[in-house]
Formats: sequence, C-alpha cells, structure tokens
Amino acid sequence: MTTLMLEGILLTIITAATPLLFASIGELVTERSGVLNLGVEGMMAMGAVVGFAVAHSTGNIALGVVGAIVAGMAMAALFGVVTLIFVANQVASGLALTLFGLGLSGLIGDAFVGVPGAGLARVSIPGLSDLPVVGLLFRLDPLTYLAVAITIAVSWFLFRMRGGLILRAVGDSHVSAHALGYSVIRVRFMAVLFGGACAGLAGAYLSLVYTPQWTQAMTAGRGWIALALVVFATWLPGRVVIGALLFGGVSILQLHAQALGVGVPSQFLSALPYLTTIVVLVIISRNRALVRANTPAALGQSFVPDR
Amino acid sequence: MELIKEGAASMAQSRHRPDSPPLLHAIGITKLFGSFKANDGIDLAIRPGEIHALLGENGAGKSTLVKILYGVLQPTEGRILWKGQPVGIPNPSTARKLGVGMVFQHFSLFEALTVVENIALALSDRKSRSALAREIETISLEYGLPLNPCSVIADLSVGERQRVEIVRCLLQNPELIIMDEPTSVLTPQEADDLFVTLDRLTARGCAVLYISHRLEEVKRICHHATILRHGKVVSECDPQKETAAKLATMMVGVEVRKLSSDLPPPQNTRTRLSVQNLSMPQPHPFAVALSNITLEVKAGEVMGIAGIAGNGQGELFDALSGERPCHAANSVSIDGKPCGDMGVTARRRMGAAFVPEERLGHGAVPRMRLSDNVLLTRHATGDGLLRGGVLNPDAARELSDRVSRSFDVRKGTPDPEAGSLSGGNLQKFVIGREIDRQPGVLVVSQPTWGVDAGAAAIIRQALIDLARSGSAILVISQDLDEVLEIADHVAVISKGHLSPSRPTSGLTREEIGLLMGGMGEPHSADRGTAYAG
Repeated sequence: MTTLMLEGILLTIITAATPLLFASIGELVTERSGVLNLGVEGMMAMGAVVGFAVAHSTGNIALGVVGAIVAGMAMAALFGVVTLIFVANQVASGLALTLFGLGLSGLIGDAFVGVPGAGLARVSIPGLSDLPVVGLLFRLDPLTYLAVAITIAVSWFLFRMRGGLILRAVGDSHVSAHALGYSVIRVRFMAVLFGGACAGLAGAYLSLVYTPQWTQAMTAGRGWIALALVVFATWLPGRVVIGALLFGGVSILQLHAQALGVGVPSQFLSALPYLTTIVVLVIISRNRALVRANTPAALGQSFVPDR
Repeated sequence: MELIKEGAASMAQSRHRPDSPPLLHAIGITKLFGSFKANDGIDLAIRPGEIHALLGENGAGKSTLVKILYGVLQPTEGRILWKGQPVGIPNPSTARKLGVGMVFQHFSLFEALTVVENIALALSDRKSRSALAREIETISLEYGLPLNPCSVIADLSVGERQRVEIVRCLLQNPELIIMDEPTSVLTPQEADDLFVTLDRLTARGCAVLYISHRLEEVKRICHHATILRHGKVVSECDPQKETAAKLATMMVGVEVRKLSSDLPPPQNTRTRLSVQNLSMPQPHPFAVALSNITLEVKAGEVMGIAGIAGNGQGELFDALSGERPCHAANSVSIDGKPCGDMGVTARRRMGAAFVPEERLGHGAVPRMRLSDNVLLTRHATGDGLLRGGVLNPDAARELSDRVSRSFDVRKGTPDPEAGSLSGGNLQKFVIGREIDRQPGVLVVSQPTWGVDAGAAAIIRQALIDLARSGSAILVISQDLDEVLEIADHVAVISKGHLSPSRPTSGLTREEIGLLMGGMGEPHSADRGTAYAG
C-alpha cells in the first residue's frame, strides 16, 4: 500500500469522524447540564441545509457556516423554550425536534437538490504540513481544526473553569444548585444553545466539506450515533474523540474492505462500525465508579423552582 | 476526646441569652402558597451570640421561614431588618453577602464533585483551588471539623458531609448561621462535637438559628426558643426553664400521648424471624456489603437496629424484604421456613410485611390514589382485593378507609393521591396498611423519619401493640431515642456488620453511640453467631 493511499484513507477517516465529534461534544455539554436533547439529528439536518443554502446563495462558505450555527441554535432554542420554560418532557420534545428538523430541512432544501456546491478549501500549516505521514494532520479543512479546538476548550472549561464547575453542579443536582443561588434554567439554556450550535456545525460539515451538496436526510443517522457516543464515552470529551475516530475509522475501512471483495457478507461489514464502537467503548467504560462519578445525576429531569 | 470534655464543661453552665439589640429582626412575615398560609405574620428576633431554637411540627412553617431568611423564597408580606436596617433578600447570594449562612437539612451538596469544588461553588470570590484547599484545612482545624478537601462527596459519611456544609458556611464569615435539623443524622458523639463547634462560634459573636425537633438537645444548647404552629408564632421561651413535655405540648397544641408498654415482652416464645450468616456483595460501588449477619426476633418483641445512615441498613432491608433475594434460602427464615431466595410477594404470603424507608416512591406511588396504593402490598395476601384476577376497587377503598380511620390519617378528599398527603399522614397510612393485616413478622425502616411528634407517637404505639399481640417486629432506625423507646433488644449495624443484640434495659446512649461509630465492629465478625438474646 503506498503512502499516498494510506494518507488518503487516514484523511477520509478524519473527515468521517469530524461531524460526529462536533455533534457529540455539543450534546456532551448539554447533557452535563442535565438536559437530554434527542433532537441532535434534526438540528444537524437544519444546519446542513441552511449552511448549504446560505453558502450557495451568497457564494461565501464562511457565511454558510455561520448560517448553520444560527440554524442549529434556533432549533435548540425552540427545544429549550419547550422543555426548560414550559417544562415539557425532554425525551418526547427531543424526538419531535428530530422529526421536525428532518421534515423542515427537506422542505427548505427542495430547491437545492442536485445543485453542485463548492467545498471548503483545506488550509496547510506552513512548515508542519510537509512532514511525512503526520503532515496530513496539518493539511485539513478549517472546520476540523475548529472541532479539535472546541473539544480542547470544552474539556478545559468543564474541568478547569468556574463556569464548567457550575454547569456540572447543575447537572448533578439542580435542587442544590438552586439552593446555592445559581440560575438552573439559564445555565441549562446556554448549554442547550451550545449543543445546538455544535450540531449546526456538524451539519455544515456534511453539506460543505464531507459531500459538498445537499441531499435529503443526508445526516443518515449520525445524530443518533453522536448521542450514543456521549453515553458510551461516559460524558468525557477525550473519550468522545476516541469514539468518533473509531466509528469514522471502521466505517471507512469497511468500505475499502467491501471494495476489495472480502468474503464477508456486506451487511455484516456495514454493521461493523456500530459494533466496534459499542464494544470498545463498553470495554473502556467498565470502571463503574468512574461512570457513576461522571454521569450527570439530574440527566433528563425537569426543574421547576418552588417559588 | 478533649474537645468533647471542653464542650461538656461549657454546657454544664446555664446559658443566658445575650442582652443586645437583634442582629436579624423579621417582622410580620407572611407567605402564601396559593390560598395556603405557610407563614402567618411571624415575628422573630435573633441576637448576636445566641443559639436561637426554632421549634415546630412538620408543616408548621419552619422551613418556609428559613428559606425566606436565606433568600430562597420571597415573603408575600412583611419585612426584614438586619442590624436595624431594612433589607431585601432576593436570593441566597444576597443573604450570603449580608452574612447569613445556611446548613441544609437535606444536604445541598453535589455528590459527583469534590469537597473543594463543592465549597468553591458557594463562594463568590474566585480564588485558586489550592488556595481554597489550604483555607479549608485551616478552618476545619480551628473548629475541630477534620476534612480532606480532595475527597469526592459520594465517598463521605453523612457526618462528614455535614462538616463540608458547615465549613462551606464558615468560609463566608457569616454572622448568622441557620441550621436545619443538624443532628438528625449524627451519632451522639458526632452531635457533641457539633455542639462544641457551635459554642466556639457563639463565643465569637456569631448567632445560630437552630431548627430541631429533638427537645432535649434544644434544652441543652439553646438560649432562646421560638415555637411555631400552623405558620404562627405561638410562644417564645427559655428552653432551659421548660420541660421537654411542655415544649412538645406547645409545638403540637395538645398533650402528646406517652407510650405505654405495660406488658413486658413475653418470655421464651418462638422465633418468628431468623437470619443466619447472611452475606451479600455490594450491589453497586457506593453501597455496603453485608457480612455474616445473624439475628433472631421472637414473637412478642420489638428488635431495634441502630446505626448511622449508610452502614448497610438499606441493603439489610432489601435482603429481609426479598427486594434483593440471596442465593442461600436458609439465610432468612420466617416462622421457621427458609425464604432467603424468595421474592417480596412470596414472603408476604408467609405472613411477613415490610415498610421501606422512603414513603414516597418506594412505600407508596405518589401519583396513585390511596386505594390503589393499598393494592400494591395487599393484592396477594388474601384480603379479597382481587375477584377472579380482577381488581375489586370497592374492597380496596374500604380497606384504605379502615386504615385511615384506625391511624387517624388526615386527608383533604376521601381518596386522594398519596403524594398530596403530608409526610406524617402518609407515613401513618403506609405503616397502617401493613399493620392492618396483623402480620406475623413486620420489618420497618425509619418508621418516624421526618414525622411530627403526634404522628410518631401513634406509629410507635401501634408497633408496640402489634408486637405484644404476638408478632415479631424489626425496626431499623437511625433515631437512637426511638430505638431505646420502643425496642426490647438492640443491635447496631456498622459497615455491614451487625453487633450481637443486647436487651435495651440497662443500655446507655453512650454505649450504643460507640457501637454506631464502629467500635464494636471487630468483635461482630467472630461473635456474630453467638446470639444470646
């Protein structure tokens, strides 16, 4: 196998992993605050279509990305109003958000089906991008760098900053946080909005980088994978990266295996990414004390202040 | 030990209420929840350097008043003066800035976070974690509250958690500390340590608003008491000059019935509940493993299991009730028949009944009516609640009415949802539901937890009466006074080990207290089988 081919495979793995990383890191922050938003798939779809539409009509891809973020946040705000202010059931509202997002994105995107889009150009970091093999890590598209930066920032925020401590406290016990005088609803609303922005970015990545075009339901279940990754990664950002790369990696490798004609039923190969990711993450999260310490205790519970 | 002696010495002197203008003066505080008056024109003056008791039954409005003073709730009417100046307390952080700190009854700690993180959350200034950790160590030494700043809360005992709450409070340099039922979860020794800390605080001019319904304790440490009933101040007094019975009467409004167990426990009766070498692994990392537990309860007696929360009480209850059956059938026997591997319903059919600790969610389903809740434990025990597999709602309602009548369960409508009853009334209902069956064996956990004095007396009397009628009763309780009051024999559970049982008469609080602290534990493993009764 030539270096070029290897680099090509590695590159596709990273591109496959990036949207998952965006969506899961956003959902991780949302869930750490105690809110379970099952609408990731819908927010991603809206991000994808709005991102493509804005980029296509303005000719400015950066504006498209901003549009996707705004679309994701708007969807998240809708979810936040329904579940945090009107205290609706989070599971039902999240499922509704997914259905709504998939439907609305199809409606908006109808005019853009089959329209060729311009992909986001890669950015080379001078000096580093010429290194053998690892050089490819410095010849990626700007959104991938952003995903890595967001992951590091979220990790730092959650475990090193006061705001992150408050966010985790709200997700651990909203009653105690309220008694100490923190605004549970405000903290959660901001976490939900951040989750929406990240899901929007994940959608933008799909329609502007991964396959630069719009097709209906192009999120293809990635929102659900992202949700599962958060749980199996025991709400730790570092493990989300592992999970995303693993899923991306196996899904690309199984494509190559199918192309090479390996004597394994293709259905099994297609299922392989799901199986491997789940098995590996289950194995690394066997430490039950760690799982218990990191699971937001108030996850999915609605909060109504008693005044 | 030195601390305890020092505390005992200072407590021996009589206490005088400091004669100074009030630090905090609440005037005409009224709080409405809908049409319900939780607080009705309450006046309260707290002077610097005093321990001021706030007494009242459950639902008398103590918690509401305290939440208003701490800014968690807003009063509908009334004003608050702080050092003579009118102030508004819109939220807890304003209260903290004024100098009001609070130690909560149900701890407001975050289980998944460390001690430092928990304390950092309550402080408004942002200093580094390591500086804060050093400060915590200094304060905890100064007040005799040893703490490791890096421990995760989930790993701490209840007493240690309370220390975290107190240290958190002290770091804000409060002038008034509000304490809600601080000793309800402590051993007698831990409570003594707390009183020493309180004395050190008041010596520095800090005031303490002390909420408790342990009257002996209030008599011992408080300078002044304000008594609430139905949201109103009914009396103010010097608790040291009143008897506990007088204080209780003021709280309840009527005289509290004295318990009567004139009949001594019958001698040489048969064993109805027997546990032999019961061991169970931990069900999850933060639970307690049971090791080699042996006990016998005979017909006609009440056996008490004392111990500090989280030492295996819940696990023992689950093993006895069959919520978590064990593999060895012989480890638990009811009336001589092994049942260790059977489930709850099978054990009920053998004549046993069980009342778990949490009444809401475990003992009763909050959103179901009382008559439906009756079905949950009585459906399989031949009470005619089922006809050919079909529910008989009339019979269930009749049964629920009978329980309500005989246990004086006060309710707004004939068949309300369980969740709408007050704690005391629901507890009477949940216990009455089982006692109504006249079970041969009754295992009950925390029978009067958070229940007012009147309801507690009814429940305790009913337990004694049931025992004297020939049943065997096992009471698991953290309330030492309760155990000493109703049990004929006591054993202490500590870290999953059960001490040998001893007759209650002739046993002192201090002896039990030492066992509760785990001092008796090394012996329990080898003496566990030597039950002598």
